[in-house]
Amino acid sequence: MLDFPRWKIWSICLTLLVGVLFAIPSFLPEATVAKFPPGVPSARFNLGLDLSGGSHILLEAATDDLEKQQLAKMEETVRTEMRRGDPQVNIGDISTTGNRLSFFVRDVTQLDAAVDRARTLTSAVGVTGKRDWDVAVVDSTRIVMTPTKAGLAYATDEAMKVAVEVVRKRIDELGTREPTIIRQGDDRIVVQVPGLQNPAALKALLGKTAKLEFKLVDLTADPAQIAQGRAPIGSQVLPYLDNPAGGQRIAVQRRAILSGDELIDAQVARDQDGRPVVSITFNSAGGRKFARVTQENVGKPFAMILDNQVLSAPNINEPILGGKAQISGNFNAESANALAISLRSGKLPVALKVIEERTVGPDLGADSIRSGAIAAIIATVAVIAFMIATYGRFGVYATLAVVINIFVILGVMAIINATLTLPGIAGFVLTIGAAVDANVLINERIREEQRRGRNVIQSVELGYKEASRTIFDANVTNLIAAIIMIVFGSGPVKGFAVVLTIGIATSVFTAVHFTRMLVALWLRKQRPTHLNI
Amino acid sequence: MRLLRIVPDNTNIGFVRLRFVAFAFTILLTLASITLIATRGLNLGVDFVGGLMIEAGFSQPVQLDELRETVSGLNVGEISLQQFGGPNNVAIRLPLPPGDETAAQTVVKRVQATIAQKHPDVVFRRVDTVSGKVSGELIRNGIFAVLLAIAGIAVFTWARFEWHFGVSTLVALFHDVIVTLGFFALTRLEFDLNVVAAILTIVGYSLNDKIVIDDRIRENLRKYRQMEIGALIDLSVNETLPRTVMTTMSMVLALGSLLIFGGEVIRGFTSAMLLGIVIGTYSSIYVSSSLLIALGIDRSTLAKRATPSLTPEINAERVTRRRDDPKA
Repeated sequence: MLDFPRWKIWSICLTLLVGVLFAIPSFLPEATVAKFPPGVPSARFNLGLDLSGGSHILLEAATDDLEKQQLAKMEETVRTEMRRGDPQVNIGDISTTGNRLSFFVRDVTQLDAAVDRARTLTSAVGVTGKRDWDVAVVDSTRIVMTPTKAGLAYATDEAMKVAVEVVRKRIDELGTREPTIIRQGDDRIVVQVPGLQNPAALKALLGKTAKLEFKLVDLTADPAQIAQGRAPIGSQVLPYLDNPAGGQRIAVQRRAILSGDELIDAQVARDQDGRPVVSITFNSAGGRKFARVTQENVGKPFAMILDNQVLSAPNINEPILGGKAQISGNFNAESANALAISLRSGKLPVALKVIEERTVGPDLGADSIRSGAIAAIIATVAVIAFMIATYGRFGVYATLAVVINIFVILGVMAIINATLTLPGIAGFVLTIGAAVDANVLINERIREEQRRGRNVIQSVELGYKEASRTIFDANVTNLIAAIIMIVFGSGPVKGFAVVLTIGIATSVFTAVHFTRMLVALWLRKQRPTHLNI
Repeated sequence: MRLLRIVPDNTNIGFVRLRFVAFAFTILLTLASITLIATRGLNLGVDFVGGLMIEAGFSQPVQLDELRETVSGLNVGEISLQQFGGPNNVAIRLPLPPGDETAAQTVVKRVQATIAQKHPDVVFRRVDTVSGKVSGELIRNGIFAVLLAIAGIAVFTWARFEWHFGVSTLVALFHDVIVTLGFFALTRLEFDLNVVAAILTIVGYSLNDKIVIDDRIRENLRKYRQMEIGALIDLSVNETLPRTVMTTMSMVLALGSLLIFGGEVIRGFTSAMLLGIVIGTYSSIYVSSSLLIALGIDRSTLAKRATPSLTPEINAERVTRRRDDPKA
């Protein structure tokens, strides 16, 4: 027991010192930490939005929408590929109802060739060996293509990767402070913006897909038919709220002449009348396309379509060369700016819906932190007083261990950049409780052994040995629970479990090894014949 | 210096003798909790049922009736108002309007504007919007994680001790959770996600308590091979009693300070934990330990599995020092 080698003392002290050092930046003002020279630890743990105030938004991708997109894309591909290949396959009666693409092969002798060609349009999904579409023949005349689960999952995954980037770009453009944008699960994105009070602007920005298209207006369509929502073949009817012709609808050709993908810039500008418009610039390929189409269609109107809604449908008065255009519509300065940001950051590959939103005001956050801190200090002082009153010198050691433990936990949280939330504080309380309990277990055991008539050294040694086993069992059980909660839990359950896991590891170390070292050093120096415990 | 002694040395309280009374009380408490949960139900927050929650702070006390009238004029569905902390704070809960997210946003805006018109001093401290889909998942995930954690614990206790310990711990933990839920049903305190964290804390603490006593029972089972099992459990509970009381006192001191000084946000949460600590301590002594007797713990199986003792020579010596042998 008294044998405590120097290297052991040093390694224990050093470990704890490092932990405490890492906790320090979290207590200093942000500006001070920012001035730290490189190499000095400056990581801080974060306060959750429930404590610091801000907005939390959970977005979910409209995956059924994505499935429709996939079908529409495949329909386009099938149409062109069947006609283009050699020999040309004559198909008809294409339908995409019931979440599958089915078409009729007019010449039965071509069926096998058609199936083969349809197969070439599908692709393998990752390394799973599965393909993204199933191709089947029905009634010996129809080919049915169904997107597979793996294919949809892959498409969702790809879309989500892009969506996270687009969301990040859009939020960065708003200039908010330190947003957190994390993909969650298969089809969700969590956005957390500290300090943001009114998330309405943010949500308006995130809600837009910003799919921009230019299409020619179908002038052959019959207005009566348009009013009923019917368009000639190859055209579609879209809502057009500002239609000067009335009716709030317009027929446009299905084929887009240009899409937002070829956009390189979008800025807010004013038109001749001083109304806000969005001025856009295409890349060179897009600019050339735009020039060609406008040359060929002088005098005809084209529609600018955002998220399947026609913003404006001006006449082409002259060929527009140079790849610059202006989008006008019913904008005010704010909505024009939102559109410009959305266009600049690119289109969302899939629509996102807000399914959860939490906003905590800054004063509530500040109140919680202040009263939480005061309460924590009072609680600590009360427990310390109690420990010292009960165990005397050993209580002082236990106190030292618990206080150092608190700092080490915060230090570890800073290193891994963890977030402290309200449930995290619950985890903290439990950890401190366990740390106190470990010391109580040891000290009670020492008392017990001394009462049984053992000498000082034996009592201390046995006390630590016997109590360590109990402490180990109790903490491993809690650790199992904590790890299960980290893996399977979400949100608060996880926040709780992360702190608990860190706390269990550090508290066993401080409560058992650190106090044991202190006791050993004291025993070696004083050699008491009786322990006042 | 005289040190504080809350529990005198060498207590010899007959816990086991009282176990039938305790069992009756436990069953009564559990049944009462289940009845309360079934009849009164839990006051589930928007986290679990979906909906809108707006927390408004005023510079002076407001009349709930007047506020209710103001808001109900908007025709936004069933309103629930609850004072939160002081008379100056009110939590307004509304059902989620049909339609998409913008509908919810519009409702929030309209309610805020209407209240601000009547009370220009109002500050909206918190706004939560949770869709039904998310709330359903939150419930499922929460329950799943807690159950899985409890199951993991039971398996470990079984592997490390004996199946009797696993079962008794499991039963006692369920007892703790049910009684805490019963408390929430009784008081109608709002049951939200943070309370789930509080319940996890209770489970963790209670578990710690049980392991400590189980550990001592195991130790004594090896040490006193002749002792009757009831007496042995009494001895173990008594031996660990100073520790139980000390730790519980520390937790009560810490949580009490949090409850009194910690502010409004964590109040429901700390009161749940405080109650849970008391229940957990009770169930360690009366539910799990006594259950071991009912389950008929068998020392022969334990002896076979016995891991080598850490300090055999001292343990052997201690056999002569037993102070409690009912057969004597």
